[in-house]
Amino acid sequence: MSALLEVDDLTITFRTAQGPVDVVDQLSFTLEQGASLGIVGESGSGKSMTSLAVMGLLPPTASLRGRVSLDGTDLTNLPESKVRRMRGDRMAMIFQDPLSSLNPYYTVGMQIEEAYRAHRAGVTRRQARKVAIEAMERVHIADASRRVDHYPHQFSGGMRQRVMIAMALSTEPDLLVADEPTTALDVTVQAQILDLLQEVRRETGTALILISHDLAVVSEIAEDVVVMRQGVAVEQAPAERLFSDPQHPYTRALLDAVPRIDDEIGELRGIDSVESAARVGGKP
Amino acid sequence: MTISMTTLEAETGGAPSVDAAPPAPRQGVWHHLLRNRGAVLALSYIALVALLAVAAPLVVKLSGWGPYEFDQAAIDPNLGGLPIGPLGGISAEHWFGVEPGTGRDLFARIVYGARTSMLIALAATTLTTLLGVLFGLLAGYHGGKVDQVVSRVMDFLMAFPALIFMIAILSALPASNRAPLLVLVISVFGWPYLARVVRGQTMTLTQREFVEAARASGASGWRIVVLEILPNLRSTIIVMTTLAVPGYIGTEAGLSFLGVGVVPPTPSWGQMIAQSMSWYAVDPMYFLLPGTFLFLLVLSFTVLGDRLKDVVDAGERR
Amino acid sequence: MVRFLVTRLAGMVGVLFLVVLFTYAIFFALSPDPAVQICGKNCTPELIDQIRTNLGLDRPFYEQFLGFLSGLFVGTTYGTGPNAIDCAAPCLGYSFQTGQPVLEMFEQRFGVSATLAVGAAVLWLLMGVAGGMLAAIKKGTWFDRAATGAALGGVSIPNYVLALVLQYVLVVQLGWLPFPQAVPFAADPGQWFLNFVMPWLVLAFTYASMYQRLTRANVLDTLDENFVRTARAKGLAPRLVWRRHALRPALTPVVTLFGMDFAGLLGGAIIIETVFGLNGVGKMASDSITKNDQPVIMGVTLVAAFLVIVGNVIVDIVYTTIDPRVRIGARA
Repeated sequence: MSALLEVDDLTITFRTAQGPVDVVDQLSFTLEQGASLGIVGESGSGKSMTSLAVMGLLPPTASLRGRVSLDGTDLTNLPESKVRRMRGDRMAMIFQDPLSSLNPYYTVGMQIEEAYRAHRAGVTRRQARKVAIEAMERVHIADASRRVDHYPHQFSGGMRQRVMIAMALSTEPDLLVADEPTTALDVTVQAQILDLLQEVRRETGTALILISHDLAVVSEIAEDVVVMRQGVAVEQAPAERLFSDPQHPYTRALLDAVPRIDDEIGELRGIDSVESAARVGGKP
Repeated sequence: MTISMTTLEAETGGAPSVDAAPPAPRQGVWHHLLRNRGAVLALSYIALVALLAVAAPLVVKLSGWGPYEFDQAAIDPNLGGLPIGPLGGISAEHWFGVEPGTGRDLFARIVYGARTSMLIALAATTLTTLLGVLFGLLAGYHGGKVDQVVSRVMDFLMAFPALIFMIAILSALPASNRAPLLVLVISVFGWPYLARVVRGQTMTLTQREFVEAARASGASGWRIVVLEILPNLRSTIIVMTTLAVPGYIGTEAGLSFLGVGVVPPTPSWGQMIAQSMSWYAVDPMYFLLPGTFLFLLVLSFTVLGDRLKDVVDAGERR
Repeated sequence: MVRFLVTRLAGMVGVLFLVVLFTYAIFFALSPDPAVQICGKNCTPELIDQIRTNLGLDRPFYEQFLGFLSGLFVGTTYGTGPNAIDCAAPCLGYSFQTGQPVLEMFEQRFGVSATLAVGAAVLWLLMGVAGGMLAAIKKGTWFDRAATGAALGGVSIPNYVLALVLQYVLVVQLGWLPFPQAVPFAADPGQWFLNFVMPWLVLAFTYASMYQRLTRANVLDTLDENFVRTARAKGLAPRLVWRRHALRPALTPVVTLFGMDFAGLLGGAIIIETVFGLNGVGKMASDSITKNDQPVIMGVTLVAAFLVIVGNVIVDIVYTTIDPRVRIGARA
């Protein structure tokens, strides 16, 4: 079975006042249908840029080399109008802060309907509204038929993220990209959202890319993991193997930096500059 | 007035519903600013005018004529007092020509007019900033009743049609001590705009952890405000103040233009422009010169404020 | 929502009252001899005496103020007997210099100020808001630089300087427009219209510059918002993203500001009217200042304050209906 998403030698370069800067350097990975991939790294590692590149949402100051193909279609050479048709339809994205990611002036129902109607011609408002309510019910928002007419500020943080997920799934995409979906949420709500993502994946078979700096979050969901550091993938491996037997010193440092409850009391271990010459796993 | 204060506030993002965190104080603001051509030009012009203002007596000694001396030889009585010579009487003796009707040296009057503009702008800025920061901090830090009172006062002052009121008050008062009165009146109506923004950002900061920490370690209210909160407001205050200066200059000029500003014979660019209205068809230099100087000064402060804002915003975004 | 309205209106009345009180008190305190002031430049001792008795200037402050207030609602009569002067409600005062109730003077001149305001408003909304939007879309292009540069000039040049420059160029040098002459509309509509062209241009350019800067900044800020990124991520057509998600939040503050500016302008554009000799409320204000006609000055101040305050409240109410966060409040 051919992979759903193939990222091949992706390099993203930004034009800055100090000259061109590579924020992602020759990244390669694949994602099978219905699988889940976690991209882990510190701020500035390039993980968010990667997700934007996949969706075709890079800012105009960025240029892209390499190849990104979704289900065989090469997105990197496609004109924007064609990419736009796939965006929100075959691949959808949710973001870190659900409050600022939803337009405060419109009801959540309208924003979900909008996502649906953008990709389904000839759909009436009533049909779209039904879809929106169903989508909200699928993400376990109680009283959906009433709350569909509420505004984003009338929801709690966790609920808003559910709305984002509902919005993303309304078109039944093959791929869902989640950029730090739980970072802005309480720990207990985090767990709920992660469970929801798992459930949704089981039910719909949607592939998932989860981006996070939080290893715990990634370890819960991801089947495979890519560890990024300053634009480079330093290690790629199935999750089980990565967490139990990390190969790269940086991965080890990341794991070590997480405080454990059975640790002796001592200094917190930070991540100093670590040798990153070699990469482990992935394309040589 | 050339700039509506509410627009200024809107431009700098100080709307009350936005309790945004203040931009972090950045080192190297000067460095970035000086690399911008517009900012450098603006600063140069401001420095030039400031220099002229400060050294006015010296400068007019150099140019030959004082601002209050009448040179009857330079104007033609048969033409109603029109300056003799091209461009309003520009000559080696009168570098900018002379005033029609009185024969006073325009260069000297412009130089002394610079004094008026800069002095009043400086004084108004100082007073407004003091009042604005003080009340903003007070209202933002204490909240509750203090905030209610201060906010009502601010609402009240901002509801006034400032220009009309200023004109009305100034016209009702005797003509002495005009300059301090101008400063007072401008500041009274100007401080609420700064105070509102300071208040908003103080409120946000007060809820942050480092203020809690300072409180926990026993610091008194004033220590916290001065040592912890105020430094974080530096950038905002500088930007808002710089962008408000054009308003003060314009207001003084406007009030002088309407005849309620500084009293003649003290020169003021606004006043000169008012007088130039009767002559504009035959001696355009009489309004062009002070008009250009005024325009450039306001422009310089506006450009400077814009660049400052850009630099501060860029620093915050990083 | 209703409760909000009521509170707001009550607040407005409160502020208005304070403004009236404050203004009245200031004038009361500042006038050395009100009778002389009101009498103005061409005075006689008999006139001064008449004014004193008519206005009851020997009464204590609160009595005079209450008298003024009641005059606002039910009208007032100055003096008694055959020389009594009737001032119908709302009585904003009586100008002994011109022999007219202030309100009447207003009515005669309001049309001019309103025409000036409306014409300029149309122009500046078109130029300023559209200019700002386009500059934001085409950020960095020559259009953006030109528009923003022009706006920068526009906010820096005092409007009386601009007025003079424009008059010099258009009237004196190029002769494209005739010298402004005061004519009533009925007598010569063409000339009447031409009289407004330069004032409209000057006023519009000044405001348009402010609005261009504001709109451009707002649009650019909104385009950076996360919800615009979400709209793009949903694959919405660019025009939809622009119209629905970017413009509406960006323009809302501009519209509300416009409400307040326009209200303020209805109170008279003092400088423009004076420079161009337009017989509007603003010119009335500056004339009465020159002639020291105090009742008129006070009347103008009060009306202007009233318009600004009312404009403020209307804008607040409109904002409330537009922004669901304010209208509905926090989590249901």
